[in-house]
Amino acid sequence: MILKLDQQTIYLVGGVLALLVISSLIGWVLAKRVTGGNGKATIDNLNARIRAWWMMVAVFGLAMATGGIGSIVLFALTSFFALREFITLTPTRAGDHRALFLAFFLILPLQYYLIAIKWYGLFTIMIPVYAFLFLPIRSAIAGDCANFLERTAKIQWGLMICIYCVSHVPALLTLNLPGYAGQNGKLMFYFVLVAQISDVLQYVWGKALGRHKIAPNVSPNKTWEGFVGGVASATLIGAALWWATPFTPLQSAGMSLVITLMGFFGGLVMSAIKRDRGVKDYGNMIQGHGGVLDRIDSLCFAAPVFFHFTRYFFS
Amino acid sequence: MKALLAALAKIITGASARWLGCAPDTRQRVYFANHASNLDALVIWSALPPPVRALTRPVAARDYWTKGRVRPYLANHIFNALLIERKKPSVSDNPLKDMLTALDDRHSLIIFPEGGRQTGGEMAPFKSGLYHLAKHRPDVEFIPVLIENLNRILPKGEFLLVPVLGGVNFGAPVKLEPGEAKDAFLQRTQVAIKEMIRP
Repeated sequence: MILKLDQQTIYLVGGVLALLVISSLIGWVLAKRVTGGNGKATIDNLNARIRAWWMMVAVFGLAMATGGIGSIVLFALTSFFALREFITLTPTRAGDHRALFLAFFLILPLQYYLIAIKWYGLFTIMIPVYAFLFLPIRSAIAGDCANFLERTAKIQWGLMICIYCVSHVPALLTLNLPGYAGQNGKLMFYFVLVAQISDVLQYVWGKALGRHKIAPNVSPNKTWEGFVGGVASATLIGAALWWATPFTPLQSAGMSLVITLMGFFGGLVMSAIKRDRGVKDYGNMIQGHGGVLDRIDSLCFAAPVFFHFTRYFFS
Repeated sequence: MKALLAALAKIITGASARWLGCAPDTRQRVYFANHASNLDALVIWSALPPPVRALTRPVAARDYWTKGRVRPYLANHIFNALLIERKKPSVSDNPLKDMLTALDDRHSLIIFPEGGRQTGGEMAPFKSGLYHLAKHRPDVEFIPVLIENLNRILPKGEFLLVPVLGGVNFGAPVKLEPGEAKDAFLQRTQVAIKEMIRP
């Protein structure tokens, strides 16, 4: 799983760096112009987000540069921090202590180990089958029945979102795609880029033109204008990046559409959970963005679907 | 070593300090907190800025912290803990006297007025030591501290850590009113902690 630094990868990385430089310049100009009121808070947040993007791109780039193992470790850590935020928000009881310990320190590393050894069969069923059955057993042995079903369901949900779904991103590196051998790193880059740029573009379109709220009860910041503009423009960008993927331009557009739509709905579902728990963000680890889970909510929902579409149609 | 341990505690517990009712300050204070985990004193101690930390002594049970080799080392060399007798106080071995002496040495204190770690999720009624301290030292600031989630990271009787995110919240100083009864003060101080609980 060594990732090659070929011409196309250099284009992809160069493109992202150019985007960052341009955004930083725009943020800098805006900060000079807007000096008071509500606008200033928005611009400050925008610049905090851009700075955090530099950091995230640097970490992701470093992980990719160290080959497949680096990417697996990066997403394992991402899962760890996401699960930590999720469980923090989820009321569990002392009886779940050992089950939670096993979730963090046995199931999480095991899931990523299965990717490293490319054991696809167990990778797809370990959490939905074995963890699903085993963790409630551990909680039941602890003997506390209060809200048992609720607690178990919430822990399993945390595992599915934060470990299972996230792990499908580095799992892209294990796919055998004819005519694309040794280039899967670009596919992973493509997926993360489309999912994240869709988030950014939905934010930008929403800030610029947003009028009509799409789901005011769940996520007050999401508007029809942001949704349509973001999905359409991210899909176009995805289509334009077909040369880095095993897809044709049209296929690439379709895949990008799937990624952006799943990403949008991921953000919606994860917002519903936040509203229910009465918080705005899952955490505060990433300046301007909130927690890790706030940044990867779209990725979580898009990754398994993109993985299986690619696997079914192209491998 | 101290800085290292404080950094480690912050990483493990993810404990973010929130100064809600006061700012970090080197003035003399008694921090009183809810108590559910062995990590409680450690996270308050590491949430304090180093200059404040250097002045602050956690008050801890002598019967627990003198056992073995690691505990006494931590208590004496790292935390500079004030070890008190909680089982059999006498006139010469009196927790209140020890705490007053420490305050006279210009130290701040961290105390857990429930007297021990609670497991049920509810706070136990405060012991009267807090009231006596306030009565003897009216000039000292009494800061309520709410510790969140530490009982989920390391509950009583567990040795395996679950890395959920903890939190340390510092509230507004509580003062003993002139003529205020002991029970009223103890109740009011506990409410000051509970008020910081997020729904």
